[in-house]
Amino acid sequence: MADSTHIPSPEKIKEEILSHYPVKVAKKRSKAMVVREKGSDQEIQANVRTVPGIITQRGCSYAGCKGVVLGPTRDIVNITHGPIGCGFYSWLTRRNQTDPGPDGANYMPYCFSTDMQDENIVFGGEKKLKEAIQEAYDLFHPKAIAIFATCPVGLIGDDIHSVAREMKEKLGDVNIFGFSCEGYKGVSQSAGHHIANNQIFKHVVGRNDAKPEGEFVVNLLGEYNIGGDAFEIERIFENCGITLCATFSGNSTMGAFERSHTADLNLIMCHRSINYMAEMMETKFGIPWIKVNFIGAEATAKSLLKIADYFADEGLTARIKAVIAEEMPEVKETLARIKPRTQGKTAMLFVGGSRAHHYQELFSEMGMKTVAAGYEFAHRDDYEGRKVLPNVKVDADSRNIEELKVEADPERFKARINEDQKVRLSRAGIEFEDYEGMMNQMEDETFVIDDISHWESEKLIETYKPDIFCAGIKEKYAIQKMGVPLKQLHSYDYGGPYAGFRGAVNFYVEIDRMVNTKIWKLIEAPWDKKPGITAELAAV
Amino acid sequence: MLLRHTPTEVAERNALTINPAKTCQPVGAMYAALGIHACFPHSHGSQGCCAYHRSALTRHYKEPVMAGTSSFTEGSSVFGGQSNLVSAINNIFTIYNPEVIAVHTTCLSETIGDDIPQIASKAVEEGKVPDGKHIIYANTPSYVGSHVDGFANMVAGMVKGLAEPSEMRTKTINILPGWVEPSDMREIKRLTNAMGISFIMYPDTSDVMDAPQTGTHVFYPKGGTPVKAIQASGSSAFTIGLGPLCSTKAADLLKTKCKVEYSITDIPIGIQATDRFLMALSRASGKPVPESLTDERGRVMDIITDMHQYLYGKRVALYGDPDQLIPLTEFLTDMDMVPMHIVSGTPGKRFEKRVNEILHAKGIEANVRNGANADMFLLHQWIKNDPVDLLIGNTYGKYIARDENIPFVRHGFPILDRIGHSYFPTTGYTGAMRLLEQILGVFMDKQDRESPETGFELVM
Repeated sequence: MADSTHIPSPEKIKEEILSHYPVKVAKKRSKAMVVREKGSDQEIQANVRTVPGIITQRGCSYAGCKGVVLGPTRDIVNITHGPIGCGFYSWLTRRNQTDPGPDGANYMPYCFSTDMQDENIVFGGEKKLKEAIQEAYDLFHPKAIAIFATCPVGLIGDDIHSVAREMKEKLGDVNIFGFSCEGYKGVSQSAGHHIANNQIFKHVVGRNDAKPEGEFVVNLLGEYNIGGDAFEIERIFENCGITLCATFSGNSTMGAFERSHTADLNLIMCHRSINYMAEMMETKFGIPWIKVNFIGAEATAKSLLKIADYFADEGLTARIKAVIAEEMPEVKETLARIKPRTQGKTAMLFVGGSRAHHYQELFSEMGMKTVAAGYEFAHRDDYEGRKVLPNVKVDADSRNIEELKVEADPERFKARINEDQKVRLSRAGIEFEDYEGMMNQMEDETFVIDDISHWESEKLIETYKPDIFCAGIKEKYAIQKMGVPLKQLHSYDYGGPYAGFRGAVNFYVEIDRMVNTKIWKLIEAPWDKKPGITAELAAV
Repeated sequence: MLLRHTPTEVAERNALTINPAKTCQPVGAMYAALGIHACFPHSHGSQGCCAYHRSALTRHYKEPVMAGTSSFTEGSSVFGGQSNLVSAINNIFTIYNPEVIAVHTTCLSETIGDDIPQIASKAVEEGKVPDGKHIIYANTPSYVGSHVDGFANMVAGMVKGLAEPSEMRTKTINILPGWVEPSDMREIKRLTNAMGISFIMYPDTSDVMDAPQTGTHVFYPKGGTPVKAIQASGSSAFTIGLGPLCSTKAADLLKTKCKVEYSITDIPIGIQATDRFLMALSRASGKPVPESLTDERGRVMDIITDMHQYLYGKRVALYGDPDQLIPLTEFLTDMDMVPMHIVSGTPGKRFEKRVNEILHAKGIEANVRNGANADMFLLHQWIKNDPVDLLIGNTYGKYIARDENIPFVRHGFPILDRIGHSYFPTTGYTGAMRLLEQILGVFMDKQDRESPETGFELVM
């Protein structure tokens, strides 16, 4: 960290960053950069178009739909309808772990594509898509086949949904549905999350009314089992006696999605990617949702206690408390060892739609300060809290993404708790259907920046010299070339898990390694450090 | 089993590609563009294309890959991407100040028919391109060919956009290295320097995609072919293009545009392909191959003759790109190994013919297929039917290698799980030595792991 007495004021830094931009760009980017004033309701520009050419972190709708939300479900054949690239790049690159057992279906190591050629672009690709579905069916007889549209599919007008209906009818015993997640939809991956939520809700959720056995049945939404995070949360739930019906979508199966509407409570991890599903399940089936966070040991304990409060069952509460008591000593022991070395160090987090918020918990447990943070593809509510939802302007790009009209299911809607209980629980501190957002937690004079560009990151690093920067693979090596370690919070740098109690321990150890290694000091060659040395050596 | 659903029985597929042995054009164009000094690659399409290509190249090289995107939205897809590209050009020159912007298209911008030269000239008219700066471009529709074609198209784009015709002829030889690693580019330069030849090579990703850690991020690393050199390549005496798929287009365009004669030879992987490259250099320059290189050749031959027992008769499955697979197949057969299954997703009629010529000369009948539905799923099925002793290809082969317990040498693009390819060449005689070291290493590791204790060998 740079000596804080030499750091100019954040407003000054912001001005300097913007001064390098063309006027129009500066004006636009200015609204996406907020210098935090604690206690005040600040507005940030988010979920708007990226400035072309600026070097963005963002990807596309297809990546959010096929890659993020549907990627971790193992027993579905995901066919990318398009030229080969989109399927190729989303093939196993997101590190979603899964446990199919020795005999379970698992198509995740496979990449399926219609590999559209120019004749398909000219004459249409529906015929090839039908044939591809038939071939996939003949080879694998999967439970489900999904079709993902890439950019040219929408442009040439292939109707993937009618192909899906036709083939579903023809083949009989396989659920087939499509996602119109062309890369140009929306302004980032976020559009793809929404599209994925819609179609899974429409075509999968509610197909099986058999509720899993268990007294306390929950779904975990927005947890994708990167590096085994879901496995750790599953372990904790099992120890607590909480029955996990479905995770959307880490370590998941179609079967689990199909009966997810029978759960008693929805727990939301990544608000951005999955809040649509929670809202729709509440409206149609009456399942309330609460925001949880299993990133950070304290946050995990807090989230578990929220679940205990919700079910208000003495046995469950006692068991949860016992689990926390059992897990915490190792966490505390590790922290005691590591915190003296991490205390006071600084972090920047620019990633995702929830991780840049959640991981601040872990850093604060280690005594580290987050000096700047922002999301890659979030919306204003992820920053400012859901209270701003009524004020969020819906622009043309968002309007193009379908909002499903959902009504209460006449037979299956069942309010899990009544209004009185809700009020009582709210008073006890359980906020239903709420998320307070990232900004509320950020300290005065810190930076909150949406959709950060490479230029902005570079200037921030030059000025603040943080001890660690968290982002993704595209940023990793540029930042590290600046002499600052970068922790990937999409792929975890092929480590993890970082969720739950064991995950927290893993993270402390990893961050200690990254911020305290002396390896960076070896970068400069001795003859560059001491200008006279070359002459001295020559003289010998 | 990781690939537990792959049946042994092969059923012909017409429409479904499973586990592709190729990817799409733009990533090749982006990689090629990184081989020009101070060049900013730009993807004219949706954000996802650029994000995916940058990610793929970054994972392969563990290096920064700086590139821009036109960030198409639904609106621009309907009304055309002109305003996005013009503003991208303005923003890139203002913020990142490159010498060149290398624009490549995507399936999106190709489908809607955006005209890049027209948009680029509009940017020039509007004063968005500073004096002395350049915009070059390549059409790289993702639904034609493969990543290899994208590379070839961008190299041709360099000729089209930069090479200058001239009445004057220098003694310089142009080298188009084809899609090889920065280490290979470095090796090809070393070999050419060892011959005492003055040359211009492009693209050149050495000192770009293997940049040193200095504690400073140099946005445009010191490597890459300078624009001036590419401009001057129009006055060179001759062009040698390596890899017919990667380099013919550019070499041919350079001949048409600047009247520089050319020859195409294989990427110098293995003994004979390196021999041919050096002889092509010798022919073009009139200079003999120096003794130092003959000695290098001798060292490779020494390893092969010493270790022949471990190589002889070993069955190999390989997949990747035609320009690499052809000389690699030749090298394997030269060492008395037996390529059994060869797959490339990259289309082109010449591939099967060339590979079969090489194999038939040694009396080998193999499964060879490229183009549509020639994928790693098929390759795996072939392997299940006729097992092999060695698998060579990109990182995705590790799933097959683990399921079938096959020694595995990583070669090609992408390599996501090992380092080395950026730094140690597989071209030239030195590269042949590295390949031999890798191949022998995986054979012997397997023997050491699996041999009975009674037969455990100290000396091999």
